[in-house]
Amino acid sequence: MVSLRVYIARRILLSIPMIFILLGVVFLVMRVAGDPVSAILGGHAPREQIERIKEQLGLNKPLIFQFFDYLWQLLHGDLGRSLIWGQRPVLDEILEHFPATLELSICSFIISIFIGIFTGVYSARRYNKPVDHSIRLYGIVTYALFIPWIGLILQLIFAVYLGWLPTSLRIDTLMEPQTITGLYVLDSILTLNTPSLVSSVRHLILPSITLGIYLSGIFTRLTRTHMLEVLEGDFIRAARARGLPERTVIYKHALKNAFIPILTMMGLQFAMLLAGAILTETTFSWPGMGTFLAERILYRDFTTVQGTIVFFAFLIVIVSLVIDIIYVYIDPRIRY
Amino acid sequence: MRDRLLEIEDLKVYYYVREGIVKAVDDVDFFVKKGEIIGIVGESGSGKSTLGLSILRLIPPPGRIVGGKLLFDGNDLIKLDDREMLKIRGKRISMVFQDPMTSLNPLMKIGDHLVETIMTHEKVARKRAEERALSLLDNVGILPDRFNDYPHQFSGGMRQRVGIALAIALNPDLVIADEPTTALDVIVQAKILDLLKSLRDAYGMALILITHDLSIVLERCDKIIVMYAGHLVEHANSADIHKNPKHPYTQGLLRSIPNIELADQKLEAIPGSPPDLLNPPKGCRFWPRCPYAKKKCYEKDPPLIDAEHGHLVRCFL
Amino acid sequence: MASRLSISRLIVSRLRKLSPRRGIEYCFTLIGFMIIALIVSMALLAPFIAPYDPIKKVGELLESPNTRFIMGTDGIGRDIFSRIIYGSQIVMYITLLSMTLSFMCGVPLGLLSGYVSGKPDSLLSLIMDSLYAFPGLILAIALAVMLGPGVVSMAISLTVVYIPTYFRMIRGHVLSLKESLFVEAAKAVGAKNRTMIFKYIFPNVIPSLPIILSLNAADAVLTAAALSFLGLGIPAPTPDWGFDLKMGHGYLASRIWWPSTFPGLMIVLLTLGFSLFGEGLNEILSPRLRER
Repeated sequence: MVSLRVYIARRILLSIPMIFILLGVVFLVMRVAGDPVSAILGGHAPREQIERIKEQLGLNKPLIFQFFDYLWQLLHGDLGRSLIWGQRPVLDEILEHFPATLELSICSFIISIFIGIFTGVYSARRYNKPVDHSIRLYGIVTYALFIPWIGLILQLIFAVYLGWLPTSLRIDTLMEPQTITGLYVLDSILTLNTPSLVSSVRHLILPSITLGIYLSGIFTRLTRTHMLEVLEGDFIRAARARGLPERTVIYKHALKNAFIPILTMMGLQFAMLLAGAILTETTFSWPGMGTFLAERILYRDFTTVQGTIVFFAFLIVIVSLVIDIIYVYIDPRIRY
Repeated sequence: MRDRLLEIEDLKVYYYVREGIVKAVDDVDFFVKKGEIIGIVGESGSGKSTLGLSILRLIPPPGRIVGGKLLFDGNDLIKLDDREMLKIRGKRISMVFQDPMTSLNPLMKIGDHLVETIMTHEKVARKRAEERALSLLDNVGILPDRFNDYPHQFSGGMRQRVGIALAIALNPDLVIADEPTTALDVIVQAKILDLLKSLRDAYGMALILITHDLSIVLERCDKIIVMYAGHLVEHANSADIHKNPKHPYTQGLLRSIPNIELADQKLEAIPGSPPDLLNPPKGCRFWPRCPYAKKKCYEKDPPLIDAEHGHLVRCFL
Repeated sequence: MASRLSISRLIVSRLRKLSPRRGIEYCFTLIGFMIIALIVSMALLAPFIAPYDPIKKVGELLESPNTRFIMGTDGIGRDIFSRIIYGSQIVMYITLLSMTLSFMCGVPLGLLSGYVSGKPDSLLSLIMDSLYAFPGLILAIALAVMLGPGVVSMAISLTVVYIPTYFRMIRGHVLSLKESLFVEAAKAVGAKNRTMIFKYIFPNVIPSLPIILSLNAADAVLTAAALSFLGLGIPAPTPDWGFDLKMGHGYLASRIWWPSTFPGLMIVLLTLGFSLFGEGLNEILSPRLRER
């Protein structure tokens, strides 16, 4: 049994090569797969102009040096500068859009966990009955629901035809609450700004349901699979033999045990969340990192796109790390 | 009949699987008096574990109790609804399971296991429940400083002790021990069995010991029941079974017990293997392996007869 | 149509006799297969079944679905139904191409890496695992942005994204088989490396292939559609479901729902087809141990 600190230290150490690899891949892709400069200039620019810009961006040096340059930059928190918006640091722009994505992600995640875990448990308890099959079908179908499409359908029904909710954006114009955390709902509550609260919640509903449904599919399947495994265990039967009520057996004993392997999958879930967020945000014009990325792609702002992807890579590695550390704290078998 | 704690009449427990019906327990009758120690012996597949589980109505689907009566203190357990059954389980009848490795929740401290059980059945404050839990651990021989440890930190024998502590936590009238020692090594086995016996002596509860090992029950039980292929084939006092086994299967079992005192012992196994319970043989289920099989044996299923003074056998003799 | 349904019902009931409790999975697989078959036939027979030329203006702008244009027309007056039909060609082409390429790259790599093990294997696995953990869409975006628009670049992006999947699968199989006894036995008898690979490892891998392939295909369809949706796909005017969905999105507020709903529906349908097929097959081939 390794001591806790050693385990955490080891895990952090393991993240480093991972980050390097991801950075390397992104870098390789962005520098090698195409020629950014001619792409920007439209491919018809005179030779010397191309060379000049290449010199400026440091694209003339051998690849390895370029990589080290890049790493050095990153170490200083410089994710590059926008090729378009007058050299604004990419990091600043990303951080501006970060809270919006955070708010959407948190909401969607909560929705997906709720739906996923309850349907998963319900399904496992009624194994092989029609309900179980329907819920399994739900799990398969939700994955196949192309996010822009499901977002579209929800917009059509609830915003266009029923008019209950807004189709897009984050809040009605000029209703933004005072910025404390950047999360409109939270800020509205903190500043006791009711109209702002109502507006931000109304705008949050459709996008988070869209993303939430998409993510819940995986949760449903995971929960179901692991609950079925756990329910076959002897200690469940032993718990029943002690006269514990069924609800306690299912939620306190079985679900807690099933949750651990589910937790380990959360890292992958986060990756899905980011990808899903990009599509959700563009569908609902939600002003987060996803829309930002999509916009810059259209403008062929390569450095920004690269910088954003690197930011995502960092996020993913950090989140995975945090999840692994939480996992260690939750499972007593590792700790002791 | 007042001293009969548990009376089982004509119990039938069947499993409805895709291939057909498995008659795991068929027409079993016996009774347990207050404070008695009963041993149920049989090979795997004989129905002994199913019998034990059915007393607590813990038979998993696709199994079901199909018929018979389970009279506990006068009440038929089969007729109770789920809520009433919850009051019986753990409190008046409890169970010790075979594999201590998997019988405990790996995420819960063992002290919490006990506290939870106590607080489920009785309205006590947590503090009081913890005190009782500590004294229970003491009774089974576990040091109090291990109260906050997790199951994986214990050895198999100690985990089984915890299982026993859980079973006696609420001073039940009957404890069913389903192969409590099978997963343990020999030395620990003896300790656990002695512990069970001494607890029974101290608390006065009845004990049903289910095992495949006849030698374990011979010395420790008052009465012994032998199961084969879902049928109860012999039921007698421990001494009678030992000296005068009447069913050929029981005789075979006795012969296969190694005796350390005999210098030159040939271990005799019973030839053949237990029947497929989906298609049990016609007539007496043991006849294919019985050295005394007669024509009658494969035509009709023998009834349970009283050979002498309550020594019951299911055989045409 | 009617006879097709009754034939399939007959097949399902026959299959049911094999394994009654698995009936629902056979349903899944069958429905999935039918959907895939439908869309493949759509792609193959496109020139014959499409009523109009998909890139020509044949009607008024944004006509709602009517008898002339069953799915209406889009913002340039093109028939949406024809675009849907021709769109299936692009989808199937890209999906099958990238599946095949990533398979052909990932499998040999995984095979070799698992077999050889040691430092190069550890390094390669680390790279592949990191890539695998990275969201496919984002990786595809990175590649597609640099490679520019076009069918080939989309296919390449998708190929690269899925190589780690095959790599990991095969490598996993190879590793577990290396541990198994019968491989030890074969080695003891002196079987050559090549024999080992082909005779022992391959046959064990083959059963899980259709499952992985179809589940991957499902993911690929979604990723390709997402790329098109973000403007990184095939340039107009080629009919592409993802792109059409994007183009139609702006008209939603005016209650013009048909330019985006139908393409999106097709994307979902095809993905469902692959998913149902793969998932159903998965349950059939590796059923739960406990039978209830």
